[in-house]
Amino acid sequence: MSEAAREGLAAYLFLLPWLIGLFGLTLGPMVASLLLSFTHYDLLSPPRWVGLHNFQLLLSDDRYLHSVRVTFTYVVLEVPLKLAFALLLAVVLNRGLRAVGLYRALFYVPSLLGGSAAIAILWRQIFGGDGMANMILTSLGWHHPPAWLQDPSYALFTLVALGVWQFGSPMVIFLAGIRQIPREFYDAARVDGAGRVSQFFRLTLPLLTPLILFNFILQMVYAFQTFTPAFLVSGGNGSPVDSTLFYTLYLYNEAFGNLHMGYGAAMAWILLVVIAVSTAAVFASSRYWVFYMETER
Amino acid sequence: MRALSRVSVYALINVAIVAALVVMLYPLIWMLSASFKTGYEIFHSLSLLPQAPSLDNYISGWTALRLPFSVFFMNSVVLCAAAVLGNTISCTLAAFAFARLRFPLKRVLFAVMLMTIMLPFHATIVPQFVLYEHLGWVGTILPIVVPKFLAVDAFFVFLLVQFIRNIPTSLDDAAKIDGCGPFRLFYWVILPLLTPALATTAIFTFIFTWNDFFSQLLYLGNSVSSYTVPVALRAFIDATSLSSWPQTLAMSLLSLLPIIGFFMAFQRLLVEGISTTGLKG
Repeated sequence: MSEAAREGLAAYLFLLPWLIGLFGLTLGPMVASLLLSFTHYDLLSPPRWVGLHNFQLLLSDDRYLHSVRVTFTYVVLEVPLKLAFALLLAVVLNRGLRAVGLYRALFYVPSLLGGSAAIAILWRQIFGGDGMANMILTSLGWHHPPAWLQDPSYALFTLVALGVWQFGSPMVIFLAGIRQIPREFYDAARVDGAGRVSQFFRLTLPLLTPLILFNFILQMVYAFQTFTPAFLVSGGNGSPVDSTLFYTLYLYNEAFGNLHMGYGAAMAWILLVVIAVSTAAVFASSRYWVFYMETER
Repeated sequence: MRALSRVSVYALINVAIVAALVVMLYPLIWMLSASFKTGYEIFHSLSLLPQAPSLDNYISGWTALRLPFSVFFMNSVVLCAAAVLGNTISCTLAAFAFARLRFPLKRVLFAVMLMTIMLPFHATIVPQFVLYEHLGWVGTILPIVVPKFLAVDAFFVFLLVQFIRNIPTSLDDAAKIDGCGPFRLFYWVILPLLTPALATTAIFTFIFTWNDFFSQLLYLGNSVSSYTVPVALRAFIDATSLSSWPQTLAMSLLSLLPIIGFFMAFQRLLVEGISTTGLKG
């Protein structure tokens, strides 16, 4: 056997577990999910082909359409706010502070813990009608604050707050990016008479746009998939009055609660397409706002 | 004069940052304090200092469900240990092939691997559940652990590929001259140099698995004896009325301690990992 053939064979041996996973647990199920989306399947009797019926049903399912609205609202609010906080704090932390390592770590703590069941439960206490937030607001003189989580007009915003609270992980990425900007750029800007504000908007911000794009896509993809806080804060059903009925929560309840597997698979595929299209759209827009430095290395 | 104003600007920034941190971390501090309070006190006093701090919430919370929390912690630890083992082994093997070996279809497979990183898990969850149901795995840790042994978390493959690429290839050449094939190259040359990347993979796998709620709810949520910590916490808010908030908060806090411990021990490694790879915490 030739050297190249032996190396190729060895490579496929190293790749074997990953290949089994790729075909058996990723690509195979993706195809199966697509096929299931054209069937009625309740796990007990064999799948029954129904064509596009699930998709037609989805279009007239008010709860489904509502979950789409809830999820889009969440994504549109949470992602930009989170990135704005991340960017602001990264710029401030980069001002040559001595304790920057400690600050960075502490700001990261909510990102570390925020996805857990424990924090979702904590949120449920804090923003309950008689929770910690309202005790503070009442003591500050607001006599009848809303009952946040029990109030359909506010419940979703408490979850947005929970997401934004976790701005530490994009912040850490921005901070690393800011540190890559050569000092000489700022020296040159100062010589040209640029103040701090103009340094930020003309230098820091353009040079960070590739990272803004990266963080935006990453956070958007995650935000579409939000499940844990919605499930735990609402008690599993998107209450009050479906105001926190996230897409994935409805999918979970339909597929695994009511065993509407075909319906759930159709929802999953739509979600996949929406995420792919959103990502592609953001990428396409990046031509107009992302600035890549011409580097010669 | 100028130096003075500079000092005061820095002092002001520091004060502002500390104030922001206090606001951000206040919920966690409050949680710690509430776990030592009585239920009445939690809902009637804003003070962070409990009037009569007691461990009662921890003691009664530990056994509030049908089985004690030691069972749930043990289940979580076993699950995380198996996930860590699976991810480090399978992802390292695949990463070595992508980073160091030449083989047919390499570019295609690498592109496919990158694409699977961004794939929402919902795209596969329904057929996977059906598959595990038919295999009789629902109710065991296998649906969560087996994919780790098959490198389904492609993100870690990517992380390790990036790391291996930074190891000088002159080492490979030297090993090849000494007659090393791919297997000995992997075991004797690359693997010993991978320790930091393996540690990052292991710690993040642990944290993600410990925090992961969806798959544990789905696969381990039906019988109390298989509950992991997050699933047990969920049962807590289902099974008990508002009067048990103190115990719920105490157990929630306990569930965060392993993550906080890992973070404190490996803070530098973790933050470096996030800054260089964009890993979500």
